[in-house]
Amino acid sequence: MAKKDTVLALRKRGISSKMAQILCDAGFTLSKLEKASVEDLVKAGITSRNANLIMKNRIRPPTEKSKDMSSDLIDSKLRGLLLPTTITDELQRDLRRIKLTEVQLDKILQMVVDAYERAKVEPCEAVGIIAAQSIGEPGTQMTMRTFHYAGVAEISITLGLPRLIEILDARKVPSTPMMTIRLKDEIKSDRDKVRKLAWEIETTSLLDLGDLSIDLAEMQICIDLSEKPLLQRNISPEEVVERTIDELGVDVRLEGLKLIIHPEQPSYRELLQLVEKIRGMVLKGIEGIERIVIRKEDGEYVLYTEGSALKKILNCDGIDPTKVKTNNINEIADVLGIEAARNSIIYEAMETLREQGLEVDVRHIMLVADMMTCGGELKQIGRHGVAGEKSSVLSRAAFEVTVTHLLEAAIHGDVDELCGVTENVIVGQPIRLGTGDVEPIYKGG
Amino acid sequence: MKEFSVLNHDMVPEHILLTEDEIKKLLAKYRISKGHLPKIKTSDPVCKEINAKAGDVLKVVRDSMTAGKALSYRLVIEG
Repeated sequence: MAKKDTVLALRKRGISSKMAQILCDAGFTLSKLEKASVEDLVKAGITSRNANLIMKNRIRPPTEKSKDMSSDLIDSKLRGLLLPTTITDELQRDLRRIKLTEVQLDKILQMVVDAYERAKVEPCEAVGIIAAQSIGEPGTQMTMRTFHYAGVAEISITLGLPRLIEILDARKVPSTPMMTIRLKDEIKSDRDKVRKLAWEIETTSLLDLGDLSIDLAEMQICIDLSEKPLLQRNISPEEVVERTIDELGVDVRLEGLKLIIHPEQPSYRELLQLVEKIRGMVLKGIEGIERIVIRKEDGEYVLYTEGSALKKILNCDGIDPTKVKTNNINEIADVLGIEAARNSIIYEAMETLREQGLEVDVRHIMLVADMMTCGGELKQIGRHGVAGEKSSVLSRAAFEVTVTHLLEAAIHGDVDELCGVTENVIVGQPIRLGTGDVEPIYKGG
Repeated sequence: MKEFSVLNHDMVPEHILLTEDEIKKLLAKYRISKGHLPKIKTSDPVCKEINAKAGDVLKVVRDSMTAGKALSYRLVIEG
């Protein structure tokens, strides 16, 4: 940059032309001045009072170009504050749009920090009780109706109160397992390819391919295969015969499109058992995925499945494994880990509440999810989980199955330290919450 | 086809193994011992993937709905 430009740029920053000239003569450029200290300026022949003024001015340049520099200052100031990223991002965005002096900036930031500190939960606050009430009260307004065809055509899913209870109980398998599968970019907008993939994933049993009839006179089972499902599911009658023999180990004959199956012993009982086996046999597809519904959402096809098999689906071709979802939280904990399970609890609980038109602050749900996952495995909220693991005998006895807990404690000679809330209420002592949880400490000198 | 790594799934937050120094700093900052941290089992799919041993501490960078990014820590335990 030529000297003349530097002088101009410095003057735009509120530095007098005389000072600017001196600085330029001393070899300062804008970037050098950025890094310079007061001492450097004094060395260049400027009085220390003026040097301080320059130091202050160089950072609040009023021109277009200077905007970046003031946002640098905002960034560096924000970095020094202990604020969550959502707040700092918003501040960064909004502060850049307005012109501020450094004093004003400091004032704004101080006010934000004060407001943030005020909004924080106070020490010794009973957050668990508040979370319980905040989820429990809206819970009373939830429907008792179990099934609903929400959003997804034809697939019924448990919603409302039963679903919420299911989530908090950390059931091994939900009453209506369901998956949402998004597809790879190459096929997600091609209906035929999506259809084909869906047939590959969906379990195919013999009964999907034709009608079953029992011929009691001949002691045999006949299955009339139809062409259409065979073609759709890309499976030939010969393959069907082969798979059936492999799976059941019985005599299978193919006459045209008719499958004739003989039981090992020609008895009535054997025949009926064989029918049951045929019903449960999986010819093709992923076990556990009973039905698939394809829906178009925002220009791409999405698969919704009845039944859940996360591990197998993740390694399927054609699907987008990063976005596969299931409502079986225990399965997520097994396949994706405890942190993913925590995210899933929050997501499922919030969705269940939102679907019922209830707004519960996510922080309450987060607390519940944290409690359920803090031991490294899914724990239910209840007798067999969080509440049952409390160390206090009285607290456990106050919750459920009172006698069992007292009896066990008596047999083992357990001691209750009276540290918690419930047990202190029982014995009539001040509870350790809020102001009750702080004690004066004497520092002898 | 290469097996899908669970670390790439949208619902799995970033897990970072802490060094001994970082663990010491962390415990000193909150004035706690290792046992006070939430746990994660060695059998956890993420632990297997990043080869965490019992006694290690993991830093979990969660996407928080309220704070944007939230840091959390878990102690790896046998199981």
